[in-house]
Amino acid sequence: MLDLLAGFVAELRLAGIPVSLSEHLDAAEAIPHIPLEDREALKYALAASLVKSGAHWRAFETAFEVYFALRGPAYAIDGDGVPGEREDGQQPPDGRGLAGSGGQRGLGAGGSGDAMTPEELADLLYRALAGANQALLAAVARHAVARFAGMEPGRPVGGTYYLYRTLRNLDLDGVLARLMAEHPGSPGAPRPAPGEEPATEGDAPDLTPLETRLLREEYQSRIDALRREIEDEIRRRLVADRGSEALAKSLRAPLPEDIDFMHASREELAALRQALRPLSRKLAVRLARKRRHGRKGPLDFRATVRHSLSTGGVPVDPRFKFPRPAKPEIVVIADISGSVASFARFTLHLVHAISSQFSQVRSFVFIDGVDEVTSFFEGVDDPVEAVHRINTEADVVWVDGHSDYGHALSVFNERWGMEIGPRTSVLLLGDARNNYHASQAWVVGDIRKRARHVYWLNPEPQAYWDSGDSIVGEYGVHCDEVVECRTLRQLERFVGTLE
Amino acid sequence: MTSDTTIDRDTGFPPPGEPRFDSIAAVRSGLAGVDYLADEGIAGIVYLADRLAKPVLVEGPAGTGKTELAKSVARMTGSRLIRLQCYEGLDESKALYEWNYKKQLLRIQADAGQSWEQLEEDIFAEEFLLARPLLEAIRSPDPVVLLVDEVDRVELETEALLLEVLSEYQVSIPELGTVRATRIPMVFLTSNNTRELSEALKRRCLYLHVDYPDLDRERAIISTRVPGISAELADQVARIVRSIRSMDLKKHPSVSETIDWARTLVVLGVESIGAEQARDTLNILLKYRTDIERASKELVGSDLGA
Repeated sequence: MLDLLAGFVAELRLAGIPVSLSEHLDAAEAIPHIPLEDREALKYALAASLVKSGAHWRAFETAFEVYFALRGPAYAIDGDGVPGEREDGQQPPDGRGLAGSGGQRGLGAGGSGDAMTPEELADLLYRALAGANQALLAAVARHAVARFAGMEPGRPVGGTYYLYRTLRNLDLDGVLARLMAEHPGSPGAPRPAPGEEPATEGDAPDLTPLETRLLREEYQSRIDALRREIEDEIRRRLVADRGSEALAKSLRAPLPEDIDFMHASREELAALRQALRPLSRKLAVRLARKRRHGRKGPLDFRATVRHSLSTGGVPVDPRFKFPRPAKPEIVVIADISGSVASFARFTLHLVHAISSQFSQVRSFVFIDGVDEVTSFFEGVDDPVEAVHRINTEADVVWVDGHSDYGHALSVFNERWGMEIGPRTSVLLLGDARNNYHASQAWVVGDIRKRARHVYWLNPEPQAYWDSGDSIVGEYGVHCDEVVECRTLRQLERFVGTLE
Repeated sequence: MTSDTTIDRDTGFPPPGEPRFDSIAAVRSGLAGVDYLADEGIAGIVYLADRLAKPVLVEGPAGTGKTELAKSVARMTGSRLIRLQCYEGLDESKALYEWNYKKQLLRIQADAGQSWEQLEEDIFAEEFLLARPLLEAIRSPDPVVLLVDEVDRVELETEALLLEVLSEYQVSIPELGTVRATRIPMVFLTSNNTRELSEALKRRCLYLHVDYPDLDRERAIISTRVPGISAELADQVARIVRSIRSMDLKKHPSVSETIDWARTLVVLGVESIGAEQARDTLNILLKYRTDIERASKELVGSDLGA
């Protein structure tokens, strides 16, 4: 058990979760107190002692599912998906998925899995979802994986491919549509089950929009449960096939703050958006604190004299003025052409979310033309809306809609350059891939002369800079600093240093 | 159990005392007995915190029952709850202990004839010590539950105050020596996650992330906390709240707000929630005007459009 735990801790560290030695010891101490047959309890015990941030929970869960996977012959990947052993000792040939799990999970539905047609499976799926029958759902998941995923032993791929294949065959959207369509019209079809109240109320011919919405969400959550069940099933089979360590490596997903902006998938982008909100709040708190607890300033004569009264007029305890550093003005100039759009979006979000920490924030976006978008963020609570307006309303295309930093920057300098003063920090966001247009790098130099700082944030890894049509080096000589900014963590660190 | 041997290796570590709970299930049913419906994770961690004699750091969105958990554990074990509310500017004299200067001054004036040594020994005695929550929790002979509420509000430097108490269960007072716990109290720290807590603090705690409950648990919570609510209404409330939480709002409705809403509906005598009732009472669930507008638009908006 201790070896297993050590491997698990190593895996967590590889996944980027900081686990200290004393936390490892705590986990080891906790294990004897947990009844070992209780897998959930073990999971929570390990989580409580090893993972100290809510954002790391997902990564922990994945690693846990892999390392402490349920094992056994039932999960072996076989050519036919035939579990070798069964408790009731029936012959293996008719022991495919459903019947096998029937014995294991207390499900009465027997019958030969071989005879099961896709239509029957779809019908079973429909029944499981309509009746919220957990056991049946698990059985369907097992069966669907055995049938559709086409898993081959020893193939070094992650589970996503198998998941995709299984889900494509199940056509969950179609099932949802069918559930919704058949619900009001068929009073007797779904059997009343726990959590099926609307079904009994649904005698009324028409559901109100509110009820429809609730109903859809109920089914959606059941379908999500099925999805998770299928994912688990695939993972269990993969673990049985290839062992924990190999699989953990291919399943390892970056933590939200380490996701690369440029290559984030849709789910990862959602995770990033979620992580952004608490991040901006924390950052605002930290910046405010930094401003307040600055160094000591010059002697505050008035306060010292006032305070000396308590010591009989002797100024024992000198008082000092605490300087309040001026808040910086920020001008963000962001490239929003396709390649770096998501990066620019996150940076704009973040800067505007903490705009209370700056005396003024102005945002400009460009592709080959440039436009001011500050007003889009004003009075808008929802940054998504602001971004949507930027994408549809900002006038950023000049000729062809390919990035032209040179033109965009010189237009910016002509129209707004005069408004940059000695308290302004200018952030330029972009990969500086200029499509071989003229760089006009002198413009940045010109801005630099008037501004307090000019920073360039580049969402590309440093190794790619100045390769191909990237000319970040040409601009970089005129900037205070060129910062690689590919993840939330890097972005947070940079914004934290702004002054 | 092996717990005694594993903990006692540290010299001077207070005796852990009898374990408070027999099993995770016992914790769970005990908490249910005081109307706190814990899920598997919460019960497991409370159980472990007792066995390992470690504080629990509870983190999560506002209004998910973090403070309530500590209160319920206190009620369940029949302990006294000592609460330290954190705020910016909290310091030693508010959290740990303070000398009672006025009393010391009186003491000095009362007999002026004493020699200095005698007097010094005298005025730094326990008699002149004002125990603040942390010291009080350590010294208390009765079983206590210590709740350090909203620990993320104190400055990073002030967190260090807590470290000695949390890991050694002792308080060092230079003039008096070290005060050890007679019995290790159960400690809960809550945090709303407005800033990252220091590694040192996190390392000493078990971590519990409390999130909004799932549908079944929320329904059960509503049924237990709102007397006289029908099963259908509780179910509907839970579903609508889940639906609202899936929207992109400034502040999602918390569990306590959900309970308030359910109570309101019961008081108003609502049997089942229609679009009307939902729209009229949403301001109990949501506290921002923009949130209310958006939620009512999404929940019943198609009604108006049609």
